[in-house]
Amino acid sequence: MEQTNLMVINGNELPIEPGDTILEVARRGHIDIPTLCHLKGTTPTGACRICVVEVKGARTLLPACSTPASPNMVVRTESPEVVSSRKEILRLMLSSGNHNCAVRGRDDSDWTQFQLGVEKDDGSDGLCPVWGDCRLQDLAYRYQVTGEGFQGTPARYPMETVNPFIVRDFSRCILCGRCVQACNEVQVNNAISFGYRGADTKIIAAGDRPLKDSDCVFCGECVQVCPVGALVEKDVRYHVRPWETQKVRTTCSYCGVGCQLHLHVRDNRVVKVSGVEGEAPNFGSLCVKGRFGFDFIGSDQRLTDPLIKENGAFRKATWEEAIGLVAGKLKSIRDTHGGDSIGVLTSARITNEENYIAHKFTRAVLKTNNIDHCARL
Amino acid sequence: MTNTIADIEEADVILITGSNTTENHPVLSTFVKRAVTRRGAKLIVVDPRRIKITEFSEHWLRPNLGTDVAWINGMMHVIIKEDLHDKTFIEARTEKFDELKTMVERYTPEHVETITGIPARQLIEAARLYAKAPAGSILYCMGITQHTTGTDNVKSLANLAMLCGNMGIRGGGVNPLRGQNNVQGACDMGGLPNVLTGYQSVDNLDAIKKMERTWNVTGLPTKPGLKVTEMVPKAHSGEIKALYIIGENPLVSDPDLNHAEKSLSNLELLVVQDIFLTETARMADVVLPSKCFAEKDGTFSNTERRVQRVRKAVDPPGTAKDDWKITCDIATRMGYPMSYMDSETIFNELAGVTPSYAGISYPRIEHEGLHWPCPTPEHPGTPILHGAQFTRGKGMFHAIEWIAPAEVADDDYPMYLTTGRVLYHYHTGTMTMKTDGLNERAPESFVEITRGDALGMGIENGDRVTIASRRGEIQAMVRISRKAVAGTVFIPFHFAQAAANKLTNAALDPISGIPEYKVCAVKLSKGV
Repeated sequence: MEQTNLMVINGNELPIEPGDTILEVARRGHIDIPTLCHLKGTTPTGACRICVVEVKGARTLLPACSTPASPNMVVRTESPEVVSSRKEILRLMLSSGNHNCAVRGRDDSDWTQFQLGVEKDDGSDGLCPVWGDCRLQDLAYRYQVTGEGFQGTPARYPMETVNPFIVRDFSRCILCGRCVQACNEVQVNNAISFGYRGADTKIIAAGDRPLKDSDCVFCGECVQVCPVGALVEKDVRYHVRPWETQKVRTTCSYCGVGCQLHLHVRDNRVVKVSGVEGEAPNFGSLCVKGRFGFDFIGSDQRLTDPLIKENGAFRKATWEEAIGLVAGKLKSIRDTHGGDSIGVLTSARITNEENYIAHKFTRAVLKTNNIDHCARL
Repeated sequence: MTNTIADIEEADVILITGSNTTENHPVLSTFVKRAVTRRGAKLIVVDPRRIKITEFSEHWLRPNLGTDVAWINGMMHVIIKEDLHDKTFIEARTEKFDELKTMVERYTPEHVETITGIPARQLIEAARLYAKAPAGSILYCMGITQHTTGTDNVKSLANLAMLCGNMGIRGGGVNPLRGQNNVQGACDMGGLPNVLTGYQSVDNLDAIKKMERTWNVTGLPTKPGLKVTEMVPKAHSGEIKALYIIGENPLVSDPDLNHAEKSLSNLELLVVQDIFLTETARMADVVLPSKCFAEKDGTFSNTERRVQRVRKAVDPPGTAKDDWKITCDIATRMGYPMSYMDSETIFNELAGVTPSYAGISYPRIEHEGLHWPCPTPEHPGTPILHGAQFTRGKGMFHAIEWIAPAEVADDDYPMYLTTGRVLYHYHTGTMTMKTDGLNERAPESFVEITRGDALGMGIENGDRVTIASRRGEIQAMVRISRKAVAGTVFIPFHFAQAAANKLTNAALDPISGIPEYKVCAVKLSKGV
């Protein structure tokens, strides 16, 4: 092959751009190389080695996420050697900790013992809280791997449940480091890092204290990027299963950044919120209010009917009556004292369409320009 | 914002002032933090409090409250004296530079130090850093605007940006961070007393005629109306007889609440349309229940002028209705029929009368929002404003002198109070306080104070104290904090129980009518 800016992946010639890794070239060419630790936009760590590929001329398999692409490189992404290596990595991951997604072994009594232990740790008799929404489980199915063949290792660290938002289940952590990348390189909150060494390695906050006593601001970026069940929203864990919900994309209703988010809906209730990845302006990131502050939507304190005050107390009214009362009084005040005796406060909380209607109503019907909102407050 | 949020990561130098970015715009702050830690951009923070973002700064200047015009003039003094200003940009794009130059001559770093407390050396270094940057971005928030000199402060920042040619370029700009999801949209949609949609002035007869034709009415008023901060006092004096309040809670968010409450109780008719029975709704004669964002379709416009879709995910509780539907029903009952099939129909009407939205439609923003101005269906939107020229043609420098805040500390009220938000709550808390976890993280109001000031008064962390101003008093828990400034206390305004706005001063900026929330004089006393 002549010197070009092309490389070959699985027999396909693909163009390289400066700074590309093998993974980036493959993804642009719609070739799927599985990843676990890779987090777009952050420094590749090559920690999990699930993305290893065979590069012609290289002595060992190389991680696609951190190996620079170079012209004339010839890569195979699913060669027998690659597949065997991935299976081995997956077996090791599945055999350490509480990976009870029913792929662990075929020996019934062994499985039962294992599951009973996990149930005790979890305080639940369900299968893994992220069953059906887990990258490790997906890959275990894809490569038909179980945790068989290795001595199962029990969880080394207890679960952390002492903050209101996030459960940290170290028994399911595969130490891929995505949460650390998300916290340090995406949100730059610098709250968590790798702690201890070797088999004792643990993701720690502030010298291994609970998140609530660290620099954590509960943005939940770590939960969103966790590929397994190690980090799960407290209110979602064992209460909401991914296949029970529908996602609706909308715009956050807190500050003016306008983050794009998915509302996860079950039985007419919003039960979870996640950021829309890869889309401006937030590219998947959210803050604690946007991600966790949605209980007001289904609050039992919401107003459900019009209220009319009589003798200092409210009573419920029909829309017919309430609208009639408001329209009648506004009309009489306008006709007696002029439109300028009425003021309208429209809202920075409602939609453009609704603000437009309020502005039209004020000027065309009330015949005044006395309209404002809380931009100043 | 003149530029986009993503554009912050293109800046070489970022100047943040009057914005507690990590708590009030957490996601936007990640762009700043990444620019610094991953791209080597330099950050200048000008803020009295030791807020989190100062940890990322190259220079942190700590001005006395209400001295913004002085330090900005001081920076410009340094930049012009050291010949660091962008003469090409000034010549080609601006006017009245000489007036500015003459005015800032008096603002030597030493003189500015006597006003602001910022050491002259620090001011000089920060000025050099900003001026020498190929692209410098200015981010500001309510710490700049909520002053009696709020308009002056903003114009001064614009002076500084123009002086260094930082307008209309990537990574530059003057970028106000808007605090509420659709405050940009409410302004764009004519929710202001002096303009129709798209900032068309109410005395612009062409715009008035266009509205009259579209709305099929005559006699639209052409005299500017009252601002919210004028309506409330006029309710007190009886000139305003009725208020129709949609989705706002002025009885927590307005300044000088005791006065505001008396004013609202004076009304003949108070109608409040909201999702909760807020402090303001409790005073109403009629309360109308509306849908929240998760129950409705429509659009919000974010702080970078990006118009984005809002989509219905769940049904509303009870009989709650769309805000637009309620308003239309009232109009219809008053004899002016207003009815629309859906929010998209309304959007199409508003796009027809609003030049900056004319090219936007629901299909175009189905996947990704567009930045206005977007005048035609083919137009790609405008991520960066003021590229070739300013809206008015040439950018005008305003020579602005510093003026002291309306209220200064004295023997009776010896401390300053400044107000703001905390990470875990939003505005008057009607939404965030429904989430237990957020309440657990930020359960109640507090008064943030330095260790030195607390020691001087013999108070300790966790003590309950009374904070009083000339307008009212509240009780709150003492929080000794490294964030605090000597001589100044900070109280978040979220909590109706200890409403900081019972203390704040309703003195207004003469042009924008914004209250001076960021400075007033108070005294603290032990016990309750």
